[in-house]
Amino acid sequence: MSNNIISIKDLRFGYGDHLLHKGIDMEFPRGKVSAIMGGSGSGKTTILRLIGGQLKPTSGQVEVDGTIVHKQNRDGIYRLRRKMGMLFQHGALFSDLSVFENVAFPMREHTNLPENIIKDLVLLKLNAVGLRGAAYLMPPELSGGMARRVALARAIALDPDIIMYDEPFAGLDPISMAVICDLIRSLNDALGATSIIVTHDVAETFSFADYIYFVAEGVVAAEGSPKQLMASKLPFVKQFIHAEKDGPVPFHYNAPSMKEDFAL
Amino acid sequence: MDKIKLDAWVGIFVAIGVISLLGLAMKVGNLTSNDIRETYTVTANFENIGGLKPRAPVKGAGVVVGRVNSIVFDTEAYHAVVSIDIDKRYVFPKDTFANIYTAGLLGEQYIGLEAGGEEKNLEQGDRITQTQDAVVLEKLISQFLYSKASEEE
Amino acid sequence: MKILLKFFEKIGRSFSSRTLRLGAATRLFFLILIYSADSFKRIHLTIREIYFTGVMSLVIIIVSAFFVGMVLGLQGYYTLQKYGSSEAIGVLVALSLVRELGPVVTALLFAGRAGTAITAEIGLMKATEQLSAMEMMAVSPIARIIAPRFWAGVITMPILASIFSMVGVLGGYVVAVPIIGVDEGAFWSQMQANVDFRFDIVNGLIKSVVFGIACTIIALFEGFDAPPTAEGVSRATTRTVVTSSLAILALDFVLTSFMISG
Repeated sequence: MSNNIISIKDLRFGYGDHLLHKGIDMEFPRGKVSAIMGGSGSGKTTILRLIGGQLKPTSGQVEVDGTIVHKQNRDGIYRLRRKMGMLFQHGALFSDLSVFENVAFPMREHTNLPENIIKDLVLLKLNAVGLRGAAYLMPPELSGGMARRVALARAIALDPDIIMYDEPFAGLDPISMAVICDLIRSLNDALGATSIIVTHDVAETFSFADYIYFVAEGVVAAEGSPKQLMASKLPFVKQFIHAEKDGPVPFHYNAPSMKEDFAL
Repeated sequence: MDKIKLDAWVGIFVAIGVISLLGLAMKVGNLTSNDIRETYTVTANFENIGGLKPRAPVKGAGVVVGRVNSIVFDTEAYHAVVSIDIDKRYVFPKDTFANIYTAGLLGEQYIGLEAGGEEKNLEQGDRITQTQDAVVLEKLISQFLYSKASEEE
Repeated sequence: MKILLKFFEKIGRSFSSRTLRLGAATRLFFLILIYSADSFKRIHLTIREIYFTGVMSLVIIIVSAFFVGMVLGLQGYYTLQKYGSSEAIGVLVALSLVRELGPVVTALLFAGRAGTAITAEIGLMKATEQLSAMEMMAVSPIARIIAPRFWAGVITMPILASIFSMVGVLGGYVVAVPIIGVDEGAFWSQMQANVDFRFDIVNGLIKSVVFGIACTIIALFEGFDAPPTAEGVSRATTRTVVTSSLAILALDFVLTSFMISG
């Protein structure tokens, strides 16, 4: 059993003629928290979808726990997905089910556990994210941060080996952000799982991630531990980490010269 | 919305639907007990069936006693063979007349059975020998014109 | 000349895009059939959808049916009495409803009420990534969300059409007999003599089942295919009503010609 639970080799993916990923290599060791960072539209979330088998690579391969994802049939992909839990950007809770029902959903679908055991498990998961008291509220009654925590409880309902987070910090207030940060790390360690976070939030992520990949122009532009990247001399990394207005990613969108536009 | 209330409402809904359908079938349509009863089949040959169609009523003394089952053309004797299903409750003697009548002036056509006097009754598979064809309008008109013409002479 | 070419180009593109969508909708239909086992094993999912499409449409169906029946009674009497055939009003009301108005008007109302609700709900679930989340939890959204709604639509439609026809006949009765004064016995007996169960009522039911399949598939497909934005979902609901209405009327013609020619 290799040390890496997920390994991506020379991944190329695109829509039509336009390639989004032009040869990506990544490895995710077991038990670690890794982050994928990059500008908007660089294809970070698409990598998560490729790992989960929702998309097929144009070439190259994605291997999860020794199995090549896109070579699986429907049943095979479903078996892989049972080892994964995914937290979507705004929670994606089922709006017609209560908080309790949402967390119980994966248990009811994939196990034959009796109702009383499911009840205990659901309340335990909700307790882990601090929302045991909100068990019978409906999703529209929750705040953004609470909804995301419920979604996290649902994602870990079956104790997955891989937990994926799609922009978990987007739009949260500082308190909720701190809570989520803490949960990502503590849940990962408690479950012995591997976590992958797609984000562009530098400060939070650098505080607890083990390894970070920077994606730009369809390839991995830089990688390393937070400490290594803070010290990096690469201009692109520097611009991103130190939040500089102008650099390799230009301020001005492509435009004709000032002379032409302003008829000087 | 809890399960029990939901199921109850759906049950009521389906029940209303079934009642409507039954209401339509019985009160509005003609699904009478006739169509569910047992029948026996006899045939009758006609030179011209006019506008008689399958499922047309078969009446005795104006009461519906059966329905036309099928109409086929006999390619050897060149006449129409009409088979009719008669309700088992009604028996007709072997020398019954089968005539094709029209309901009203321009209505649809039906078969009227007039009982004869024989003792033996029609049974499954028998053939009614006494038949009268449908009145065809064109023949009537040409008859009229012919008789008018001969009157003039 | 260029304008003409552009015009044809536009037609060609809209034709090819419509054909693509027809193909995608057909594919969805077959997927629904394949994944339907869950809708019957977990019958409660389907029952829940029957509640939301059928029971919630009862009021609009019953009220509309009553008014339609009354108008038929009124208009029918006005025309028939010119030919001295006012006693045939029962036949006219019953046949118009059972053969055509029952299935067609019910389907149009269904498309407007239940169809748009289905499209909006599924479009919203897609936009908020609920469908994706379900997929990632190894549960097929087609089995769990789409198929039960399909079967609910197919079951609900003939039920609603029967209710419509029955209530419509009662509406016609209320106008013809107590209000206008047509003889009650003649009303019902002429009707019973001329409405055939197999030809009229059963054919009407067959029509409503076909309409149910068409409308529900269109509503489901438009929701499933909608762009995940507010504007996209709202345009999808409009498309549901327009496409369903056209499909209902076109299918009505096709089915009626089949049924009449026997």
